[in-house]
Amino acid sequence: MQVQVKTSNALKGSAENSKLKTFLSSEFIYNYKRSPTAIIGSIITIVVLLTALIGPFFTVQNPYDMSTIDLSDAYKPPAWIEGGDSNFILGTDQQGRDILSAIVYGSRISLIIGVAGTLFASIIGITLGLVSGYFGGRVDALIMRMADIQLSFPTMLIALFLMTFFGRGIGNILIALCLVGWVRYARTVRGETLTVKKKEYIEATRVIGLPNFKIISKHVLPNVFTSIIVLSTIQVGSFILTEATLSFLGLGVPVTRPSLGMLCNNGFKVLYSGLWWVSIFPGLYIMLIVFGINLLGDFLRDELNPKLK
Amino acid sequence: MNKLLEVKGLKTYFHTFKGTVKAVDNVSFDIHEGEILGVVGESGGGKSVTGFSVIRLIDEPGQIESGEIIFNGTNLLKKSESEMNKVRGKEISMVFQDPMTSLNPVYTIGEQMDEVLLLHEKLNKHERRNRCIELLKDVGISNPESRLKNYPHQFSGGMRQRVVIAIALAANPKLIIADEPTTALDVTIQSQILKLMKKLVEEHGVALMLITHDLAVVSEMADRINVMYCGKIVESGYTREIIENYTHPYTEGLLNSIPDIDKDKSKLNTIPGIVPNMFDLPKGCNFSPRCKNCQDICLEKEPKLTEIGENHYVSCHFPLRKEAN
Amino acid sequence: MLRYLVFRASQLILVLIVVSILVFVFTSVMGNPVYLMVRENATEEEVQAAIEYLGLDKPLPVRYGIFVKNALRGDFGKSYVYHQPALRIISERFPATIEIVIVAMLLSALVAIPLGVYSGAYPKNFFSKSIMTISIAGISLPSFWVGMVLIFVFSLKLGILPVSGRGDVGVFLGIKTSLATVSGWRHIILPSVTLALGSLATILRLTRAGMQENMRQDYVKFARAKGVPRKKVLFGHALKNTLIPVVTIFGLQLGGLIAFTTITETIFSWPGMGKLLIDAINSADRPIVSAYILFVAVMFVFINFVVDILYTIIDPRIDLK
Repeated sequence: MQVQVKTSNALKGSAENSKLKTFLSSEFIYNYKRSPTAIIGSIITIVVLLTALIGPFFTVQNPYDMSTIDLSDAYKPPAWIEGGDSNFILGTDQQGRDILSAIVYGSRISLIIGVAGTLFASIIGITLGLVSGYFGGRVDALIMRMADIQLSFPTMLIALFLMTFFGRGIGNILIALCLVGWVRYARTVRGETLTVKKKEYIEATRVIGLPNFKIISKHVLPNVFTSIIVLSTIQVGSFILTEATLSFLGLGVPVTRPSLGMLCNNGFKVLYSGLWWVSIFPGLYIMLIVFGINLLGDFLRDELNPKLK
Repeated sequence: MNKLLEVKGLKTYFHTFKGTVKAVDNVSFDIHEGEILGVVGESGGGKSVTGFSVIRLIDEPGQIESGEIIFNGTNLLKKSESEMNKVRGKEISMVFQDPMTSLNPVYTIGEQMDEVLLLHEKLNKHERRNRCIELLKDVGISNPESRLKNYPHQFSGGMRQRVVIAIALAANPKLIIADEPTTALDVTIQSQILKLMKKLVEEHGVALMLITHDLAVVSEMADRINVMYCGKIVESGYTREIIENYTHPYTEGLLNSIPDIDKDKSKLNTIPGIVPNMFDLPKGCNFSPRCKNCQDICLEKEPKLTEIGENHYVSCHFPLRKEAN
Repeated sequence: MLRYLVFRASQLILVLIVVSILVFVFTSVMGNPVYLMVRENATEEEVQAAIEYLGLDKPLPVRYGIFVKNALRGDFGKSYVYHQPALRIISERFPATIEIVIVAMLLSALVAIPLGVYSGAYPKNFFSKSIMTISIAGISLPSFWVGMVLIFVFSLKLGILPVSGRGDVGVFLGIKTSLATVSGWRHIILPSVTLALGSLATILRLTRAGMQENMRQDYVKFARAKGVPRKKVLFGHALKNTLIPVVTIFGLQLGGLIAFTTITETIFSWPGMGKLLIDAINSADRPIVSAYILFVAVMFVFINFVVDILYTIIDPRIDLK
């Protein structure tokens, strides 16, 4: 161990001498290039994002537009199975909706909810974490007690209860995700704020009369930036899964805007009649999206902040 | 006295993404039976890696590239891993820097001492227990019988280091490698532990390789001294010779930076500059950027280790010569 | 020890107060239960009568007081659907849920811990790397989808396992459980595998991380310097240190598993409290929902307590404060 410590100290020492930034980025890029999982993760993520972005221009149907759907196309299996139609590569559902089109449109909803939910949750969590860590005292105690209580319950269960009371709807899901997702950001940011606060240079900035806001934005945020990036990557994946599960249970998105989880819900009804493709493909796509994001998140965590679990 | 350990041309390199660190670069030295060898230098100088190389505990990305480590007539580098396990702890044992972390927190002291005896000695349970108690007594731990059942966190730092020393002595090794054994301890405890170690190695006739950054410690304990800088031995010789007739400017720097109570306290001598980047060592002599006597040749050509007195070696183009007095 | 118990008890009370306020607010203030009571074209008088019957004419704090008083007696009202006390229905369904949770927990522990230890001990080898990639896929899988695939493959295509339900219940040591019958076991396999998958991946990853963390510690190197063979160091010294935090992870996972029974039970029509909750939500059966939430809250605090106690028993360094 000591040997390793010493070399890593040697590395650190040299980094401070030369340009810290080029060193960091070069190590990051170096490891990235040598990590097949990180590369696969980014490829999957890029493909998924592109599909959601431009995919709708190429699909055979618009699942929201009833006029493009023909009931006589219903119950078609995937194209490679006997009775399949080459127009509907992944088959159709009981209403004649093309599964592939539904997946492309559905992935938009899933991704938007995952990304927007993470964004809002991070904003709330970072703010509360900063407030908690910087001001301390009663505010801190209150926020952290809330976090403690929330953490003693599984995320999924809290989201489920919230949706029970809020009712279906994309806005409601986002609110529920914010309410379950802020805790981890708040804890991470609070911890870092406390560490930074103790450092002498922060004391010094206070002595020279820098306003609180400036101290926070200049000294705390840059320090937690990498942790936030790592957390957010993992959070997007887990939010997409949470949304899919809620929608599968009928507590998520409205029927008019089917996300991937909703498609699975729809397909589950006809699974027993042998129409497996209606539910299996959307679920497979959820896994692909989350897998890609998690591969990336795993790499980022190892590289940027191994302490985060 | 016979040579117990002879290291010849040892090279231990660390291969990282940024390049290769030559942590130990072509180092040769020997230790005689029952002798205390001090290895000194600043941190990052390759002292610890040298110690770990001897018992072949170098973790990735480190690797012993070449050389010979001849212990009791056999080359350790030729041994298999399972043969090495019979050397480690039995023939050569180690004492680590931080006693807070070198003992396993979830096993009792007794279990951890017993482990060595079980591996290397043919003793029954009762005999092992007696031996443990005897060892703890030797290292100055009171109530050894009841202490055996305690966990490491129930001991203070100094006490833990005594336990570590007891473990190192347990199987009657011929050589103990102590890697900065007192650095992590309180100053008052440091000298106690050092005295204890000196006493024990003398009593048991064990050789000691004492790795430290503290030349003052070494000068009190060691028979001979190796001064290391950037993975190389820059000066080596008998302790008195090194202290009184040092010839390498780095040794001079180390000696001058020992605070002296009798002298003027307002000024503490330091060696200017810092240890160079190990990825990018200077051309010529490694010490040249920090050396006050640096000449053109020092920037071009690496000096060779040459004998300048009885068993006194130095690698410097312009060894210091004291006025004869 | 006493101080710790007091601390825990006060924590339990705090959690219950917060949760009960939230449940009260959500069930009583948001939405209007009156319209669940009366028929669609009810007269003014009928509505008024319902309001009085439900106590909605009283001020909020009084209503909360009544709610707490009733809850303390275990009275959350009668289920709108089953017309029985809500808590009784939940406790009747409880054993079925605990059954799949226990099987799933054992399943994930037996698979995850050895694999986690192995891949932590030998992180560079191909098998370990594959395990890690597969485990990422594992945490990326929506559990409802896994359930559907399992039903489709094993029940519909191969026809070797039943599609849904709990199967026969036998009596074992005085407890009614499906683990006592063959049919019960056949029914429990798919739901518990589905349930186990998510926690399996998590436990595996945390075990591996712990193993790697411990292998970097000095005491591992010191043990090696004592001449302990590498394998013995890994599975003697590092493993014991790794398993201690795994106990905590287990506790947390247990909570997660109970949460996810809602999904698994819905897919496999398993008659436990998870399916009961989803059914209650869909039929707006509020007494059941509030009783479930408070039931689960008490259960989680209890689980955390047990985990803490276990932790202190196996970790010599910790004293209860």
